[in-house]
Amino acid sequence: MASSPKLNSKIPEGTLENKWTKYRSTVHLVNPANKRSLEVIVVGSGLAGASAAATLAEMGYKVKVLCFQDSPRRAHSIAAQGGVNAAKNYQNDGDSIYRLFYDTIKGGDYRAREANVHRLAEVSGNIIDQCVAQGVPFAREYGGTLSNRSFGGTQVQRTFYAAGQTGQQLLLGAYSALQRQVGMGAVTLLARHEMMDVVNIDGKCRGIIARDLISGKLERHFGHAVLLCTGGYGNVFYLSTNAMGSNATAVWKAHKKGAFFGNPCYTQIHPTCIPVSGDHQSKLTLMSESLRNDGRIWVPKKAGDTRNPNAIPEEERDYYLERRYPAFGNLVPRDVASRAAKERCDAGFGVGSSKMAVYLDFAANTERYGKIQANKLGLHNPSKDEIIRLGKEVIKEKYGNLFDMYKQITGEDPYELPMRIYPAVHYTMGGLWVDYNLMTTVPGLYALGEANFSDHGANRLGASALMQGLADGYFVIPYTIGDYLSEEIRTKSIPTDNEAFAKAEAEVQERINKLMSIKGTKSVDHFHKRLGKIMWDKCGMARNKEGLTLAITEIQKLKEEFWKDVRVTGEANEFNPELEKAHRVADFIELGELMCKDALDRNESCGGHFREEYQTAEGEALRDDDNFAYVAAWEYKGEGNFELHKEELKFENIKLAQRNYA
Amino acid sequence: MSHGNMNLTLKVWKQKNKNEKGRFETYDAKGISPDMSFLEMFDVINEQLISSGKEPIAFDHDCREGICGMCSMYINGRPHGPKQGITTCQLHMRSFKDGDTIVVEPWRSAAFPVIKDLAVDRSSFDRIMAAGGFVSVNTGNAKDANNILINKDDADGAFNAAACIGCGACVAACKNASAMLFVSAKVSQLALLPQGQVERKSRVLNMVKQMDEEGFGNCTNTGACEAECPKGISLENIARMNREYLGASFT
Repeated sequence: MASSPKLNSKIPEGTLENKWTKYRSTVHLVNPANKRSLEVIVVGSGLAGASAAATLAEMGYKVKVLCFQDSPRRAHSIAAQGGVNAAKNYQNDGDSIYRLFYDTIKGGDYRAREANVHRLAEVSGNIIDQCVAQGVPFAREYGGTLSNRSFGGTQVQRTFYAAGQTGQQLLLGAYSALQRQVGMGAVTLLARHEMMDVVNIDGKCRGIIARDLISGKLERHFGHAVLLCTGGYGNVFYLSTNAMGSNATAVWKAHKKGAFFGNPCYTQIHPTCIPVSGDHQSKLTLMSESLRNDGRIWVPKKAGDTRNPNAIPEEERDYYLERRYPAFGNLVPRDVASRAAKERCDAGFGVGSSKMAVYLDFAANTERYGKIQANKLGLHNPSKDEIIRLGKEVIKEKYGNLFDMYKQITGEDPYELPMRIYPAVHYTMGGLWVDYNLMTTVPGLYALGEANFSDHGANRLGASALMQGLADGYFVIPYTIGDYLSEEIRTKSIPTDNEAFAKAEAEVQERINKLMSIKGTKSVDHFHKRLGKIMWDKCGMARNKEGLTLAITEIQKLKEEFWKDVRVTGEANEFNPELEKAHRVADFIELGELMCKDALDRNESCGGHFREEYQTAEGEALRDDDNFAYVAAWEYKGEGNFELHKEELKFENIKLAQRNYA
Repeated sequence: MSHGNMNLTLKVWKQKNKNEKGRFETYDAKGISPDMSFLEMFDVINEQLISSGKEPIAFDHDCREGICGMCSMYINGRPHGPKQGITTCQLHMRSFKDGDTIVVEPWRSAAFPVIKDLAVDRSSFDRIMAAGGFVSVNTGNAKDANNILINKDDADGAFNAAACIGCGACVAACKNASAMLFVSAKVSQLALLPQGQVERKSRVLNMVKQMDEEGFGNCTNTGACEAECPKGISLENIARMNREYLGASFT
C-alpha cells in the first residue's frame, strides 16, 4: 500500500531516537523582530491551547486566544482526574522513553505513527519539569519527591497526579502562564467567543470568523496561522463524559474548508463511569481509571443475582478481568475493559436496577491499607473494625473527591457499598489529520491535542491525553510552527475587509438566519438526543455492517428533519445558548454520518473500533494489518460526500502483533 | 427509568441583559425525579418553555461534575444551594421536598455584572490572575522536577489552596462582595511553594491592587465565604494573605 500523494506526513529522516532531536535543531527559525509582526490565533484554551498560546507569546509572537466559556480556566481539560504519564523512571521500575513509546503504540492497537509517538514519549519528562516549575502541586512522598501511580495498559508506575484533580492542576498551571502573557499584553483574550468558520486565502488559512456570544456580533480575525485546540467530539453521542459545551464545530468547519479528517470512527468508551439513571440524564460522570489501582471489578457468578453485593460471598463472585487477563488484571486498557463489561451485562450478569452495571469494589484494598496503617502506627492485634476504619482513611486521602462525587450523584456511599459502574463515551482518538508539524492539509491551519488524530491510534491509554495536550502545546508547536512561519515573514497582516473574510462572514450570517427562521416544533436537544441514540446503538462499543448502514440513512433523515423542524428561541443578536447549541448539533449530525461511514469502511477491529464481524475466538479485536494498517483521512467533497485517502503506517521499530494482556 | 413525582415552584431571576432591569418569574416544575441534578431540572423546565414557544432561562454550566466552576446559581439565599461542599451541578433534587418553593438568583456583585438571567460576567477574576497569579517561568527552562524537594505538608497545603475552582461563590456569599478568599487561595498556594518565593511580595501586592480596582468589597471576617465554598477553601488563606500583604508593604 502506498500513501495518497495528498498526504505528506513530513516525518523526518533518521533513526527513531534521533528524528526529533535533529529536526528540532534544524527546523527553520523566525528571528525575534519578525516574530513581533506574526499573528497566531489559538482557538480553545484547554491544555493544548493554553500551553501553546502562552509559549508562543513568550517567544514573541502576537497571539489571540478564543474560548467559548467565560474564562479560559474552564476548558474541559479541567475535569481530567487521574494523572499525566511521563517516562521519568522515578520509581526505578524499568521505565524508559522506549517503554512509554512501546506501551502507547501497543495500547493504540498499532494504528498510530511511530515517529509522533516517540516524540511524545521523549518530551513527556519535560512536561513534568515545566509544570513543577510553574508551581503545580503534584502529590508527593514524605521525602519530598514526586509520587506516582499506575494506569491501564502498563506495568510500570509512571503516572503523576494531584489527587483526583490532575487535569485541574495542570490546566491552572497553563492558565496561569497564559494570564501572565495576557497581563503583559502579549496575548489578547477573547472569552465567550466561538469560532464559526475558518477563512482561507489563496490556499492558505488566514483567519477566522468568530461570534461574540454575549452580543451575538460576528467578528473577523486575521492570523498568519490558526491553531485549533478545541478538544474532541464525544458529544456526538449526546451522553458522554465531555462537558455540555464541548463541541466539534471548529474542526468540522475546518474539515469543510479543506482539512482532512483522520480516523473519525476511533472513539474511546471509558470502562468506569457512573451508569445512566434516567431519561433526564444530561451527561455521564467518569470515575477515574486510577480507581482500578485499588478497586476490583466483578459481577455475581449467578445471572440476575439481586442480593446486596456485600452479602455475596467471595466464591460466588466473578472477577472477570482478573480471570480473563491475569497478567494485567484490572489494569487492562480501556477498550478491553469496556468490552468485557458489556459482554458480562449482555450475558445477563449485570447489576443494579438497570442491570447495565458492574461492581468496582474497594473492600479488599481497604483492608490491606488498614493493616499497613496499623503496622505503621504500631497497633498490635487491631480489630477488624479498626483495620477497616484506618483503611478507609487511606482510601479517602487517595480518592476522596471521587467518592464524594459518586455519593452525590447516586445517593449511595461507596465506602460501604461497591460502586456500580458502566462504560461511557469519553474521548475521541480521531480528529483532524495532521503532519509531523501538527499542520492539517490546509497550510497555516494546525490542530493540537484531542482535536488532532495523531498519537493514540485506535485506543488511548489512561493519563496520556494530558501528556499529549501539553506536549503539543509546550514542546512541539513552538518549534514546528517555525517551518511555516519562517516563510511568512513577508506576509503583511491582511485587512479583514478583504473579500474572503466578507464572504465567509456572509455565509455564517446566512446560516444563523436560517436556523432562526425555521421556527419548527422540536428543541435542539430533541435532535441531539436522537442522534446520540443512533450513534450509541450502532456506532458505539460494538459495530456491524448492517447497523452502520442503517445508522447512515437514519442520520441523513435526522439531518433533513433538523433543518425543517428545529426551534431556536430568542434572537441572534444576544446571549443565546439555544442558538449556540443549534450550530453545534447541526455539525454533530454531519460528523456522525462520517463516523459511521469510516466505521463501515474499516473492515477490521482495532482498539476502540470493534466490528462484530472481526473478532478472535476469545472475543478480542481482530486486526487486519495487510489491508488496514493505514490512517483513514477523509476529504470533504460537498454535502454528505467524502473521499478516502490513506496514509500507510510503517512499523520499523515495533513488530506488529496481536495485543495480549492475558 | 425515572420520571419523578416531585412538584416544585421556582422563582427565578429573569434579566434580558446587563442594562435592563430584572424581575422574578414563577415557574412550575412538575414530575421532577429526586435523581435529577438541579441543572437537569432546569433542562426539563427549559424544554417545556421551548415547546410552549417561550424563551428558556439562561444559565451558565459546563462540566456538570463540579470542577469547571462555571455554574453559579444563588439558591434560596445560598450560593450553590443548601448543601455544603458542592457546586450547583452536583446538587440533586433529593435535597428538596415535594411542594417546595425555590428561589434562584444570579451571583450579586458589582464586579460580576449580569449578562442574562442567571449568567454573570466573572472576567474580573481573570484580570486578577493576570496581575500576578503565576510563577514567571517561560517554557523550556525547567530543571528536573525531583530537584525541587517539597515537604509533603507544604505540598498538600498548596494543593488544598489550589483546589479553588474560581466559581465566585465566596463573593456571592459575602455581604461586602469581597474576593479575598479567591485571591488568597492563589497567593497561599504559591507562597507555600519554593517556586513562588522569588515573586512572593510583588504577587500579593499586584493581585490585591487589581482586586480593589475591580470593585470587590473589603473583608470583615464574617467567614461566609468559607462556609459556602464548594471546595472547602479555608479562611486560613485569608489570614496568610494578610500576613503576606503586610510583610510586602513594610519592606
